[in-house]
Amino acid sequence: MRWLRRNLVVIAGAATLAYLILPNVVVTVFSFNKPRGRFNYTWQEFSTDAWREPCGVADMCGSLALSLQIALWATLGATVLGTLIAFALARHRFRARSAVNTLIFLPMAMPEVVMGASLGTLFLNMRIEFGFWTILTAHIMFCLSFVVTAVKARVMSMDPRLEQAAQDLYASPLQTFLRVTLPIAAPGIAAGAMLSFALSFDDFIITNFNSGPASTTFPMFVWGSAQRGTPVQINVIGTAMFVIAVGVVLIGRLAGSRRKRS
Amino acid sequence: MKTAEAPPPASAAAPPPPAPGGATGRRNLTPYWLLLPGILWLLVFFAAPMVYQASTSVQTGSLEEGFRVTWHFATYWDALTEYYPQFLRSVLYAGTATLLCLLVGYPLAYAIAFRAGRWRNLLLVLVIAPFFTSFLIRTLAWKTILADGGPVVEVLNALHVIDVTTWIGLTEGHRLLATPLAVICGLTYNFLPFMILPLYASLERIDPRLHEAAGDLYAKPFTTFRKVTFPLSMPGVVAGTLLAFIPASGDYINAELLGSTDQKMVGNVIQSQFLRVLDYPTAAALSFILMAAILAIVGVYIRKSGTEEIV
Repeated sequence: MRWLRRNLVVIAGAATLAYLILPNVVVTVFSFNKPRGRFNYTWQEFSTDAWREPCGVADMCGSLALSLQIALWATLGATVLGTLIAFALARHRFRARSAVNTLIFLPMAMPEVVMGASLGTLFLNMRIEFGFWTILTAHIMFCLSFVVTAVKARVMSMDPRLEQAAQDLYASPLQTFLRVTLPIAAPGIAAGAMLSFALSFDDFIITNFNSGPASTTFPMFVWGSAQRGTPVQINVIGTAMFVIAVGVVLIGRLAGSRRKRS
Repeated sequence: MKTAEAPPPASAAAPPPPAPGGATGRRNLTPYWLLLPGILWLLVFFAAPMVYQASTSVQTGSLEEGFRVTWHFATYWDALTEYYPQFLRSVLYAGTATLLCLLVGYPLAYAIAFRAGRWRNLLLVLVIAPFFTSFLIRTLAWKTILADGGPVVEVLNALHVIDVTTWIGLTEGHRLLATPLAVICGLTYNFLPFMILPLYASLERIDPRLHEAAGDLYAKPFTTFRKVTFPLSMPGVVAGTLLAFIPASGDYINAELLGSTDQKMVGNVIQSQFLRVLDYPTAAALSFILMAAILAIVGVYIRKSGTEEIV
């Protein structure tokens, strides 16, 4: 009884973790299903068909390629623009500072429907053709703030004396930036870039308002298949994404802790 | 960046502050050049659309003839009288889900911060991990979990839990899918990590010696939590509730996939007005109302804690 009381928090925490992980388990298990109808919602029998033919569904891998392409470009754009802003905010005093802070904060405090619908309205009235470019523009827009936040936190926590020391040792401003500032800021930039990639790759709501008939991203494909019929291959992609991402994170952590120890 | 030549008198004191050091030049244009591209992007593709949307909401016309600004404020009135149930539902569902996130997420954040030991990093990865599978796929998985005749429904029916939730009005007819409970459950699930991470960040900063001190002063564990831990974790609670409530209030995916037509939220209405009915003024008016409501809520929170702290 006392043991139960003392570990109540841990038990409740474990239950929450189970709640968080359960859907991923279901996604993985059902990637080995062989559904009878068009929908993959009830378990029928074990099969590895979907894993052997991941691109066996029409249009799915094309949408996946488009999503990857957009996510890469959006990450690049948002990371560059966001890092510049973060340096300005962390390193310089200037007017309109609080206005800039507010402008950075607002996209993160706005429901996606609002951002998606308003940008879509603008494109519509400017008679800009919906497609790759409108999606990319929207993605850079909503990823920017997250990069700024991640990079700013890192640069602000950096000791300014390091840069002063570099300059005392006759490093030029460019050398100081490349050899001292950038390496220290790198983890923040990497975090911002990874976040951008994840956000862009997985975005459905904003994309839905800003895509054209010929530009179906992977989340839009999944959305459409929820109406038409869900192929097992969706679960294969979901499982693969999960395994790859967790693998990358774990390898990164391992490498990081090794470096610290040595 | 030339700091060595003329250091400002304030920073001449021995320990240099960690706050923005660097350039002190009076007419330094560098920050403006750094800001220009990104801020321009946000102004053109975030701020301008917001303003433009406000103007769209008072336009009238049709797709064929084009829309014109006629200051037709009645759109707002019509939108509110027709869709107030969806608005109320959004606030109610998102609010309930946020509260549930806090209730369910707090123990996990607490356990990771104080009881996990060397498993801490692994557990944090597990909290973020679901993000890596497309959230649409995960929401579809809930359709399987909550399916009629599935194990969850069977067990809850056998325990008469569903009778209770039906009595409250959360479920209907011995099933979970296509009920408010399913939508709230989906919302809670989808935005739980947004609650856990800021909670963990603020809990992790608490010095464990404070707990010991409270214990030494004869505080019972629960009193320690109520008087020491919880007040100190308030920044995380504020940030977490905001981060969960804002996206939840605009979400339409959970309502669409897990609910029926009786669970539609305001996001569903905006989406269908914009993409199916093609009634842009109504869509704009609705999303403007939603934006104003969210800004009001966020504004109250910001007064309490300050922008920079939340960001």
